[in-house]
Amino acid sequence: MKIAIPVDQKSLETNVCVSFGRAPYFLIYDTTTKESVFLDNGAAASTGGAGIKAAQAIVDSSADALLTPRCGENAANVLKVAGIKIYKTIGDSTGHNIDAFVAGKLPLLDEIHAGFHGHGGN
Amino acid sequence: MKQLLILSGKGGTGKTTIASALIRLSNAKAYADCDVDAPNLHLIAGRNSAPVNKDYYGLPKAAINPERCIQCDACRQNCRFAAVLVENGYTVDPFACEGCGVCEFVCPVGAVSLNPAVAGKRMLYRDEETVFSTAQLKMGSGNSGLLVTEVKKQMTAAAPPDTKLAIIDGSPGIGCPVIASLSGVDLVLMVAEPSVSGISDMERIVKTAAKFGTKAVVCVNKYDTNPENTKEIETFCKEQGLPFVGKVPFDESVVKAVNSGRAITDINCKSGEVVKAIYHRIMKLLFDEGGE
Amino acid sequence: MRIAVLSGKGGTGKTLVSVNLAAVAEKATYIDCDVEEPNGHLFFKPEDIREETVSIQIPIANETLCNGCRQCVDFCKFNALAYIRNKLIVFEDVCHSCGGCVLLCPQKALGEKERGIGKVQKGRSGNVDVHTGILNTGEASGVPIIKKLLDDNKDAPSAVTIIDCPPGSACVVMESIQDADYCVLVAEPTLFGVHNLNMVYELVRLFQKPFGVVLNKCLEGENPAEKLCLKKNIQILGRIPFDHALGMLNSNAKIAVRENKTYQTIFAKLLDTVAKEVYHETAPHS
Repeated sequence: MKIAIPVDQKSLETNVCVSFGRAPYFLIYDTTTKESVFLDNGAAASTGGAGIKAAQAIVDSSADALLTPRCGENAANVLKVAGIKIYKTIGDSTGHNIDAFVAGKLPLLDEIHAGFHGHGGN
Repeated sequence: MKQLLILSGKGGTGKTTIASALIRLSNAKAYADCDVDAPNLHLIAGRNSAPVNKDYYGLPKAAINPERCIQCDACRQNCRFAAVLVENGYTVDPFACEGCGVCEFVCPVGAVSLNPAVAGKRMLYRDEETVFSTAQLKMGSGNSGLLVTEVKKQMTAAAPPDTKLAIIDGSPGIGCPVIASLSGVDLVLMVAEPSVSGISDMERIVKTAAKFGTKAVVCVNKYDTNPENTKEIETFCKEQGLPFVGKVPFDESVVKAVNSGRAITDINCKSGEVVKAIYHRIMKLLFDEGGE
Repeated sequence: MRIAVLSGKGGTGKTLVSVNLAAVAEKATYIDCDVEEPNGHLFFKPEDIREETVSIQIPIANETLCNGCRQCVDFCKFNALAYIRNKLIVFEDVCHSCGGCVLLCPQKALGEKERGIGKVQKGRSGNVDVHTGILNTGEASGVPIIKKLLDDNKDAPSAVTIIDCPPGSACVVMESIQDADYCVLVAEPTLFGVHNLNMVYELVRLFQKPFGVVLNKCLEGENPAEKLCLKKNIQILGRIPFDHALGMLNSNAKIAVRENKTYQTIFAKLLDTVAKEVYHETAPHS
């Protein structure tokens, strides 16, 4: 299956990015073939709606799951409709998180934070 | 690195005055001014060296090429922001333009283009020990959370590796810039003023921070200008389960200190003493695990 | 005459000055354009309030006509649209209501519906018609509400209209001063106040609005705001002393001119000075 991870640089040795919507790149990793593809995140420079655009990119990449430290409400909605599960990363290392996911050790991401326009739980 | 954000809802309650005092007391190695519309922290937390500036690009702005324009009026009719003006030909009002691209789309002769527009600049002050990140939005720009996010990112990226505490002076209001400043913060200090307006605005900001799930504490500034309202705030905090960390008296020495570019803890004054106590309580909450 | 009151910095006394200028006039309209944190109504406590929702248009997709070409998603500069599993999703709070997607859809599959972003409340408090704009928490822009407040007042202007503006100099402030005949800048005697006064000074000059400054919370000793005014040849309309009693009244949301003759005199004089300035600066018409 394919998993998506927001990352700081285009390398498997890089750190997981603290933000999903404004991450500079996404790593799309195929757990079966072990192939990696890096996508530029066009949403990073958006003045608004970054999470939505980023989530659309993840959907278009055919990823089955997203690994991220946090996720905003709008992005989460997009991913939910698409049936893509969101898992919470542990620590910075991209490699460790991939291994942890494959081993079934990563938890699902529960706390979805309000979008940057504050629309949580209205 | 823990992040402490200072908010107030209403403007003029003393965010920047108290933030600068906390920065002095904690010797914070990283601090930022997220009030990008009207930044003031640099006036007290002054630096000697020049900052590194970077242009901030907001939404693009439309421009009409007069040589191609056939004055068909399609752009003006379709613009929902009244940004197309007709005086000596067709022009775009850059202050009203929201960069939506509709005019570019409807123009039958390709006379309209969307161009990148500088909406402000961010500044980073840096020496061996500390970093100070701030920004200035250009007049009339849309107040966007993106510039605030960039100011915070700039601070965290440049902060010395052994930075334990970062202090962020927030902006007034409850809108986008405030929401953006809340992200990733460990604790919010609400500086409330004991007036009906101040209480009303403080309640709105408490609601906003709660939606974000950020831990918040409250202090009252200039409390003796209205002890009754101060009590009301203390009661509100109790009901909401918000720690009340102190009340600072009105102090004429504050104006003197601020006007000479100094923090209130740089001089001997009663408000400074109370802020010191508030500082200790906040540090306990931030760094003592399981503290409440 | 339409007078906008602004300050750059928050907490300098915009609302104190706006509310009291409106209250001391024979008859006035007070418009609160600080739609994120409106405070004037706390002082006036208006009665007979009529409320209107302010809405913007949001796109809505007709799923039978939509063929998933995604041109709308790619066009939207605000990233308010997503196309997932053959469905168009509209993110209403991100949408800026530009109408672009509706225009460009080749299948004409997009229509529009209304979405409330806030409200306008109109009431009365004695001699003052109080118009308050309130933006719903979390909404992106208060500009449509300010536009409605000012448009509504175009029809039946009182002799005196006081516009209480938001702090700062961002787009909402610009919107608020659009129709003003004159701008009153309120300054406090601190370094912060002066720094921000400079910002709105640039703003009113850019819009070529006649203006003057009210020095508020004046203390003994040097006043940096006064210094700036003298340096730049800015008209000083009046000085309000720092006064504990006035501060107490204000913090209890009491309208000073309605409580005490001294303040009534101060603000009446200020209104008179402003009226004279407006007369001088603008063409003589009502």
